[in-house]
Amino acid sequence: MFNYYIKIAWISILRHWGLSLLMVCAIGLGIGATMTTITVNYLMSANPIPHKSEQLYYVQLDSWDVNDPFDEGQNPPDQMTYTDSTNLMKAKKAFRQNVQAQAFAVIEPSDPDILPLIVDGRANSTDFFAMFDVPFIYGGAWSASADENKEQVVVLNKETNDKLFGGENSVGQSIKIDGNMFSIVGVIDHWQPKPRFYDITTGAFNESEDIFVPFSLIAEEKIGRSGNTNCWKPSGDGFQAFLNSECIWTQFWVELKTPQEKQSYMTFLNAYVEEQKQYGRFERPLDNRLNTVTEWLEVQEVVADDAKMMLAMALMFLIVCLLNTVGLLLAKFLGKAPEIGLRQALGASKSTLFYQYMIESACIGLAGGLLGLFLAYLGLQGIEALYGEYMQGLATLDLNMMVLAVTLSLLATLIAGIYPTWRACKVQPAHQLKCQ
Amino acid sequence: MLETGLIFRALMRNKIGALLIALQIALTLAIMVNAIFMIQDRNQQMSRASGLDEANTFYLTNTIFGDNYNKQVNLQTDLHAIRNTPGIVDAIQINAIPLSGGGWSMSLQHEPGDDKDTIGSALYMVDEHGINSLGVELIAGQNFTAQDIQWRESGSTKWPPKTIITQAFAEQLYPDNWRSAIGKTFYISQTQPMQIIGVMKALQAPWNGWSGVERSMLVPFHMDSKNSRYFIRTEPGRRDEMMPIIEKLLAESNKERIIRRVSTVEETRQRSYQRHNATNKILMTVIITLTLITGFGIVGLAIFSINRRTKQIGTRRALGATQWQIMRYFMMENLLISTVGVVIGSIGAVALNYWLVKTFNLSPISVELVLFGVIALFVVGQLAVLYPARRAAMIPPATATRTI
Repeated sequence: MFNYYIKIAWISILRHWGLSLLMVCAIGLGIGATMTTITVNYLMSANPIPHKSEQLYYVQLDSWDVNDPFDEGQNPPDQMTYTDSTNLMKAKKAFRQNVQAQAFAVIEPSDPDILPLIVDGRANSTDFFAMFDVPFIYGGAWSASADENKEQVVVLNKETNDKLFGGENSVGQSIKIDGNMFSIVGVIDHWQPKPRFYDITTGAFNESEDIFVPFSLIAEEKIGRSGNTNCWKPSGDGFQAFLNSECIWTQFWVELKTPQEKQSYMTFLNAYVEEQKQYGRFERPLDNRLNTVTEWLEVQEVVADDAKMMLAMALMFLIVCLLNTVGLLLAKFLGKAPEIGLRQALGASKSTLFYQYMIESACIGLAGGLLGLFLAYLGLQGIEALYGEYMQGLATLDLNMMVLAVTLSLLATLIAGIYPTWRACKVQPAHQLKCQ
Repeated sequence: MLETGLIFRALMRNKIGALLIALQIALTLAIMVNAIFMIQDRNQQMSRASGLDEANTFYLTNTIFGDNYNKQVNLQTDLHAIRNTPGIVDAIQINAIPLSGGGWSMSLQHEPGDDKDTIGSALYMVDEHGINSLGVELIAGQNFTAQDIQWRESGSTKWPPKTIITQAFAEQLYPDNWRSAIGKTFYISQTQPMQIIGVMKALQAPWNGWSGVERSMLVPFHMDSKNSRYFIRTEPGRRDEMMPIIEKLLAESNKERIIRRVSTVEETRQRSYQRHNATNKILMTVIITLTLITGFGIVGLAIFSINRRTKQIGTRRALGATQWQIMRYFMMENLLISTVGVVIGSIGAVALNYWLVKTFNLSPISVELVLFGVIALFVVGQLAVLYPARRAAMIPPATATRTI
């Protein structure tokens, strides 16, 4: 019977091909627009490290100005002072902890014919690699003692290793960074979390770094720092004064395995701030926070307003397309009143009629969904071309999205089809037959 | 009008069909008006002048890696060499580029102390060639002299005693008369006095989304930095020709540094507003497709209702109705439906705007824009129904007799 209904639906769709085409186009456009924006929102709010996101916490301490709160008092500062992050690092109260900042360096190749290489770097602690599951090809993270002894060691990413060593195992070799010799301890595989959750202060969708070096080298001025610096209190002259200042420019992450560990770490943080208050710091009320990766991305509003607004627009767009479809289906089914009357007179029950017209709607929905999928693909290409780097890698359809597109389309057309079908089934056979 | 009552009664027999079109028109209006508004808002932001001579300026980054590089001496050598190249108007070292997204801002206050109200401003470190190199217009007071320029060690927290600010900043500091700003003193870093010696017409901050984008100040500094930018202004029309010449000149004169990121201010503007432009194009596409869908929806439904009423139309024609009267009937019908649609749509547009204002901090829309949308949709409706109405008018009176 199902096949028979499909056949009838097909005949009916072909007979009114103009109307059917209009419906398929309308649904396709609606689904295309909606899927394009849903995909962008979905990828922006993706969980970059799903298996661990609830164990990694970003630490915030409110060390800001007592007269003029950070972020109008809604959130504590988004980074940490050097003083606090090094103190927390020394305390080692978490299962793993990582202090980091963005860095910037020039690599001078030993071969004078190759031009010096400008690289983005990250200055971090050794736990960074284990906490964020960074994949290594060669070697591994530096030791904890390398952090403490300020050893000049470096981990390269795959791309940099390809450029400098043609992709060979370079562990044990040395390179000259900013005039100092660094020995390579590891090479990581291509690694690009989206969003780049471990540092969203310099752009949540930026590329991951080319080289990684121990954070302690910043204080030694062996590596130059970059990224955002925010100050509220004037400090003295010179680099040491800057390190001791209330300027925030470091980020601090901890890994805590259980809620109990989180609880005790919070207690530790509060005790730390209370202790610092004795030195005249932390004049603001106690407001320390531990946010998991997902919470932190939400607090920092990683999903752009533009994307949310587009999604709202696209949903309204879809509604217009569906209204359009309801109207057209209604016109089409009502136009078939004589045929419906005839079939009823020949013994077709209302439920069979209902079933058949719903199948016809579903066929249009399916075609619309497939067209929508194609349009969404074009739409995402367009978005990537228009927004450039900012949307790089955020505009791809995965299987989830494809299934969603077709399901959404089917569901939407079936809903749109209910009223016209119901009206069609209400046709009085006697009345219709009389007019024939 | 003549048949309005008749058309209305006929419409009431197919309420749902008419209502569906009206609702479509309403939603289209609501979306269209708000989308156009957002486009206008962005266009207005993008059209603000940066104050720079954008067409004839470019900049580059000088990254030093050698150990024996004398920053102070080499800066003078570089600037001297660039300024004396034929085709170059002027050049400076600068800490940040307007609209580029990265820069420095400081809080300033009328009174010294750590509990006073402050106002933020972007800060550009330049020398006495700053005004000329940037291409900004000095409208009051005077420029720095060579004696004013200090050497800033990195990490220093001392500020020089003189500054030049933008007119917008002066207006905010001295709302009664911005000209009175000349010679006044304000405080930087809470306690250090700075005297305003000049006011320039405009110079935008590096951040285009910042509410204080028009507030910026020039500070007479040369910087001791391993990464510094040179900002260069060329003679009109010679920018593209001069860019590689200057890059080569600098790269070859000293091998202990890298010259990189040579880019024009126009590129920076484009990058800075790339998302604005992209969003505008997407909104434009939404408006166009939406109008098309609504238009074609009207066409489809009109054709269908005309097909169903072939006999009635034939009868009317047989009874003496002219072709024009038949056309007029369908156009009037569409006008009635559209009226219902735009009334609901206008309310919807304002409601949607209210939500956007609340959620995304947009400003409220103007009445003119809603009116424009209403007229546009009436026109779209009439155009869409034109073809079906003409087809209806062509129905020969004889059809009326055939099937009965």
